[in-house]
Amino acid sequence: MTRLDSGILRPAARRSLATSACMLLLIGTLLGADAQARVIHQERSPYSTILVNQRGTVICMQFSVRRDQRNQTCMDQRRPKEMLFPYTRMMMASLLLNPAPERILMLGLGGGTLPMALDQLLPNAHQDVIEIDPAVVRVAREFFNFAPSDRVNVVTEDGRVFVKRALQQGKRYDLIMLDAFTGEYIPEHLMTREFLEEVRGLLSETGVLVANTFSISKLYTYESATYAAVFAPFFNMKPDDSGNRVILASRQPLPPPEALEARAAALAGALKPYGIDFRELLPLLRTDIDWDPDTRLLTDQYAPANLLRRR
Amino acid sequence: MTTSPIVYVLAFVSGFSIMSVELLGGRMLAPYFGSSVYIWGSIITVFMLSLSIGYLIGGRLSLYHPSLNRYALIFLGAAVCLYPLVFVSEGVMNWIFERVEDPRYGSLLASSFLFIVPTVILGMISPYSVRLLVVTTEHAGQVAGMLYFVSTLGSALGTLATSFYLVLWFEMDTILTTLTGVLLACSATAAAAARWLPTHAPAADPTVASGGHAR
Repeated sequence: MTRLDSGILRPAARRSLATSACMLLLIGTLLGADAQARVIHQERSPYSTILVNQRGTVICMQFSVRRDQRNQTCMDQRRPKEMLFPYTRMMMASLLLNPAPERILMLGLGGGTLPMALDQLLPNAHQDVIEIDPAVVRVAREFFNFAPSDRVNVVTEDGRVFVKRALQQGKRYDLIMLDAFTGEYIPEHLMTREFLEEVRGLLSETGVLVANTFSISKLYTYESATYAAVFAPFFNMKPDDSGNRVILASRQPLPPPEALEARAAALAGALKPYGIDFRELLPLLRTDIDWDPDTRLLTDQYAPANLLRRR
Repeated sequence: MTTSPIVYVLAFVSGFSIMSVELLGGRMLAPYFGSSVYIWGSIITVFMLSLSIGYLIGGRLSLYHPSLNRYALIFLGAAVCLYPLVFVSEGVMNWIFERVEDPRYGSLLASSFLFIVPTVILGMISPYSVRLLVVTTEHAGQVAGMLYFVSTLGSALGTLATSFYLVLWFEMDTILTTLTGVLLACSATAAAAARWLPTHAPAADPTVASGGHAR
């Protein structure tokens, strides 16, 4: 090959890309990302365009300017604790498997709803929150009451790099939450068997993993098979009315229904202000396999998650 | 049939291989250093640098008894240096990950270790091809243009095929092994052409002396 110039870096192409992005942005703003919602903040980062919009007292964070984009996170200013998204509430079900985690790792910040809730509920817990995009951290602090502290430590880094480094340093966590996927793009190196094995290696004896993943598209079966290869059996929380599916796994055997109900009863009061109703969550804790178990696993060698999603 | 169509086809394949490896490179580094823009910065920097060095060396080599047999040796060398990536890349990246904290420099170092040698060798193919193809000074520019066209077209196709389809169908190691096989086939083709096809004996052409390597 004779390459005088790399296509990827060609300034002209970059300029035209930037121009079209600006135009899209303009069009998006003119049309209004949502009929009633008002854009109150937007900023571009190396990873996405972050929009904050407001409708009444509800503030939402959105990645990308496409009008069909789902909100990443929302908060009602009148009841800031309340978790408005089913997937966030489902992820809190991890407390049923380990009610008092002391060391928590969270990959992907979003609006910071989960770390803030856990910080209020578990004053003795220490959290490491890994977010690749510094702009997301800024927006979460400014608009979503996210407050890093000596108990909530934010690291701006790629999740996989942090996990590998943490393994090397011998760190262990009692609860690991994976929420690093936007609706737009999947970091493919965070959806492989090797990555999940590394995450499993970070779990303490009583450690619990909870992951927000996809329930639609062909990716579902690939992802399920890959999680099953590392974490089976797990609770596969998959409500009918959500594009999200939450996987809940533990180093310990999964508790029987009676134990789950007892823990739910004990936690119900504390979790009520967050909009969590265990009558909604308990029936979702199912372990049946509704994917083809022979599906090819996603590995570091074979990780076309984004291509599979389009199918 | 003369040898020139073969040289063009081989240059096309080398262009294809370079970009295919470059794209795989980004995916190889991701588990250790992330998938941020600096990964591509490292990869592209290393590939650009390696190609530029390869162009220089390939041009220099073409001064001394240019032949299809030596051309075949370049492809052989590229294949031999590409194949070990299948075995050593994890060890190399692990070693670097343990020693370099900053993923930017880690990825730069890793891509240097892994990709400089095969890419330098692949870069030698273009100028050497020009030397094999040029018959008269008058046509030297046209030949070079055609060669750039063909090899860059190969690069475009290698990029597209790898990112759209190959990674969806195959494991990375399978793709690398196949590329190695393809480069070996290129080497064999060039050697066979040297043996059985008539050449236009570029070295014997007196006009080339002024155009190809003026001194």
